[in-house]
Amino acid sequence: MTTLAQPLTRIREEKGSYAFKAVNYLIFATFAVLCAYPFYYLIINSISANDISALGDVRWWPMGIQLENYVQVFNLPGLPQAALVSIGRTVLGTAATVMASAFLGFMFTQARLWKRQFWYRVIIVTMYFNAGLIPVFIIMKTLGLTNNFWVYILPFIVQPFNIILVKTYVESMPDSLQEAAEVDGANIFQIFFRVMLPNMTPILATVAIFSAVAQWNSFQDTLIYVTDQSLYTLQFLLYMFINQAASLAAAAQQAGGNLGSVASAATQQTATSIRMTVSVIVVLPIIFIYPLFQRFFVKGIMLGAVKG
Amino acid sequence: MTVAAPIQPPKPEAVSSAKRRIRRADEGPARPVAGRRRAGFVMFLSILPFLVLVFLFSYFPLYGWIYSLYDYRPARGLSGSEFVGLQWFELLVGSPTQVSQIAQVMTNTLAMSFLGIATSVLPLAFAVFLNEIRSTWFKNIIQTLTTLPNFISWVLVYMIAFSMFSTTGLVNTVLLDSGLITIPMKFLDTDQNIWLTMTLWSIWKGLGWGAIMYLAAIAGIDQSLYESAKVDGAGRFQTMWYITVPQLMPTYFVLLLLSIANLLNNGMEQYYVFQNAFNRNTIQVLDLYVYNVGITGNSLSMATAISMLKSIISVILLLSVNALAKRVRGSSLI
Repeated sequence: MTTLAQPLTRIREEKGSYAFKAVNYLIFATFAVLCAYPFYYLIINSISANDISALGDVRWWPMGIQLENYVQVFNLPGLPQAALVSIGRTVLGTAATVMASAFLGFMFTQARLWKRQFWYRVIIVTMYFNAGLIPVFIIMKTLGLTNNFWVYILPFIVQPFNIILVKTYVESMPDSLQEAAEVDGANIFQIFFRVMLPNMTPILATVAIFSAVAQWNSFQDTLIYVTDQSLYTLQFLLYMFINQAASLAAAAQQAGGNLGSVASAATQQTATSIRMTVSVIVVLPIIFIYPLFQRFFVKGIMLGAVKG
Repeated sequence: MTVAAPIQPPKPEAVSSAKRRIRRADEGPARPVAGRRRAGFVMFLSILPFLVLVFLFSYFPLYGWIYSLYDYRPARGLSGSEFVGLQWFELLVGSPTQVSQIAQVMTNTLAMSFLGIATSVLPLAFAVFLNEIRSTWFKNIIQTLTTLPNFISWVLVYMIAFSMFSTTGLVNTVLLDSGLITIPMKFLDTDQNIWLTMTLWSIWKGLGWGAIMYLAAIAGIDQSLYESAKVDGAGRFQTMWYITVPQLMPTYFVLLLLSIANLLNNGMEQYYVFQNAFNRNTIQVLDLYVYNVGITGNSLSMATAISMLKSIISVILLLSVNALAKRVRGSSLI
C-alpha cells in the first residue's frame, strides 16, 4: 500500500506544481505587460502619422512612421525654455546635493567636529516633521524664492537621508585611509577632497541617480512657487498640455504655422501628437539611465533601512 | 537585475578600531587640546552654511505657524494684517459648512490611507511568489519592467491614465470598435470609485518597487532553513508560508508602522493631477485640501491653521508608533 501510494502523491504534487508554475508565470507576465505597455503605446504613437494617431488607431505597432514630431515640438511656445529649466535644475541640483551630502556625511564621522552629535540630530530630525505646505510657501515668499530659479535648488541641497547614506558608507571605510593622510600632515579639507571623496564614488553615484530622478520628475514646486512662465519645467508644461485643450490647439496651430502649408496631414500637429511627443521627451531620459540605476538602487534602498 | 543581500553592519573589528580612533582623538596627547578644539570649530564653520539652509527651509517655516493667528494678506504683510486669535481654529469646528467639508476631506484621507495599508501586503506577496520562479532571466525582466513606473512622475502617470482611459483613450476606442459599448465610458471624469482607482494607480506605480526590499530580505534568509524544511517533507506552499513569510514579517511590521505614522500624509501630487470638476469631492485628501484652500482659494491663514494641526497630529502619531515599536520589537524606528 505505502509503496504504491508514494509515487502517486508525488505525481499529483508535480501536476499541482506545474499548474502553480504556469499561473505564477502568467500573473507576473500580465502585470509586467501592464507596466510596460503604456510606455510602448506613448512611443509608437509619437512616431506614427498624426492623422492616424489622432483617431486612436495606433495600438500595437507604429503606423506611417515619421519623426517630424520631435522637430516640430520644439516650435511649441515655452518648450525649449522648459527643457532648459528642467535640464538646468537636474544638473545643478544633483551636483549641489551630491557635494553637500558627501561633505556633511564625511564631517559627521569626525569626532573633533564641534557639537557633532547635536548638529547631526538637528539635521536628521527634519526628516520627521514638516511645518506644512502653506507655512513653507509663506517663508519662500518672504525669502524671495517664489518665481526664482533657486527655489528648485536651494531647498534640496541638504538631504538628511543622503547624509545618512554617506555617513554609513564612510564609517565602513578603513580608518587607515584617513590616518595615513593625517600622518602626512593633510588638513581636514585636503583629506576630504583628495582622499575620501575619490573613494566614495559608489555611494555618491547612488545619491546622484536618486536626486537626478527626483529633480527631473519634480512638479509640485513649480505648481506652488512659480507663476512665471519662463521658469516652467517640462513636467509642468506636460501637465498643462494634458489639461488645457484650448491652449494646446493654439500651440499646435502656431507650431504647424511655422512650416506653413508644407505640413501634410501626417505631420500636422494634433493635440494627441503633442501630448505623446512631450511625454516621450519627459520619460526618455528616465528609461535611458534606467539600466544605470538598477545597479545602484537596491543598495540605496537597503542602506536607507539603516537608521540615523 | 540582481538583488543584493542586505548591507551588513560594519564588522566588529571596524567598529572597535573606530572607537579606538575616537578615544585617541579625545584623550590622546598627540595634539594640544586648544589646537584640537580650534580645528573642531573650523570644521563647524565649514558646515555652517548647510546648517543655515536647514534652518531656513525646515525650522524657520515653523515660525510661519504664527500666521494662523492672523488674517494674513500677503499684500499687507504680517504687521499690516489683523490679529484674530484662534478665529480660524474656532471656524474649523464651529461653522457647519466648514465642519462637513473637513469631515469629507478626513473621510477621503483616511479611506485612501487605509486602502494603502490594506494593500501593503501586495509587495510582500509579489516578492514571495517571484522568489518561487526559478528562471533568472524571467525574474530580471519582470523586475525591470515592474519597477519602471516608480521612476516616472505623477504627471506622466496621469498622461498614461489619460491616453488609456479618457473618453478618446485606448480602452474606449477598443470597446467602441468592438461594439461592446456605443457611448464612451467615463473613467476619469467621474466621482465613482475614486478611492479605488487612486489605490490601483498607486499599486501600478509602486508594487514592483515596494517588492525590492522584501526580495533583498529573502536573499538574506539562511538557506539551511529551506534545506531542513525539505528534509522534513515540507511542500512548496509550506516553505513559503512557514519560512519565507515569517522571515519577512519584521520588515513588514516596520513599514506598516511607518504607514500608520503617515496616515494623514498622502501627499498631494497624485490627487492634484487626477483632480477635476467631477471628482473633487471624493479625491480631496488633506494635503490637497490645504493646497486648494491656501493657494487656489487664497486663504493662507486658514490653510496654515489646518497645516499646523496636521503636522502636530503627524508628529504625535509618529512618536506613538515609535513607542509601540520600542515595546514590541525592542528597538525604535527613528
